[in-house]
Amino acid sequence: MVKVLLFAQFQEAAGRESVEIDAAGHPISHVKSVLKENYGILELDDANVAVNEEYTNMSTELKDGDTVAFIPPVSGG
Amino acid sequence: MNNYFRITDEFISVEDVVNMVVRPESGAVNTFIGTVREFTKGKRTLYLHYDAYVPMAEKKLAQIGDEIQTKWPDARVAITHRIGELHISDIAVVIAVSTPHRADSYDASRYAIERIKEIVPIWKKEHWEDGESWIGDQLETKAYPTGKPEEEDLYG
Repeated sequence: MVKVLLFAQFQEAAGRESVEIDAAGHPISHVKSVLKENYGILELDDANVAVNEEYTNMSTELKDGDTVAFIPPVSGG
Repeated sequence: MNNYFRITDEFISVEDVVNMVVRPESGAVNTFIGTVREFTKGKRTLYLHYDAYVPMAEKKLAQIGDEIQTKWPDARVAITHRIGELHISDIAVVIAVSTPHRADSYDASRYAIERIKEIVPIWKKEHWEDGESWIGDQLETKAYPTGKPEEEDLYG
C-alpha cells in the first residue's frame, strides 16, 4: 500500500488528510487518476508531487510503503 | 541546540531568529519579516490560515539554507515560518541572514523569500469579508508558463 497525503484544497475536496491506495508498482499518475475518480479531487493538474518528502515527477514508480504527497501551488511567506 | 529551519504554530520571536545567526565574523544581520496584509487589490482580509507539510517544509527550508551557503559561503541563515490561524499584522515568517558585509546579507535574504514562494510546501487560505480561498503561486518575479515550477526551480 501507498500512503497519499492531501493538503489545502485537495484535503478539503476529499474531506480527509490522507488515503491508502494499492499503487505499488504503478507510476504516480495512477494515483492521480484514482484521486480524481474516487475522491473528487479535480484540480490536480497544477500540483507537484513528492515521494518520501522529495519532489519528483508523475512517472515515478511507487513502492510498497512509500508516502506520496500532492502539493498544490505553494503560497508561503 | 538551535533549530535554524523551523515551522511552528506559535508566535515567532524575531529576536530568537536573529540571535541564531549573530556571530563575531558578521558585520551585518539582515532580517526579513513577512506579516499578514489586510488589503490585497482592494479586497479585505479578515484572517489567514496557513497549512504545511511540516517535515518536508522544514527540509526545503534547510535546502534553501544550503543553496545560500553555496552562493554566499560566509552567510549564516535561520528561517522560521508560522502556520495555523494568523490575524492582520501577525508575523508569518522571519528570515535572518548574517554575513561579513552588508551587500550579501540583502541578496541572500531576498533569495530566501523568493525560494520559499517556489519550493516550500506551505499554503495560505485567505478568509475575506465575503468568502475564502486557497491562494496559489504568488511569485511576483517569475511567471510559470505551465502553471507550476519547472524541475530546475524545485531542485535549485
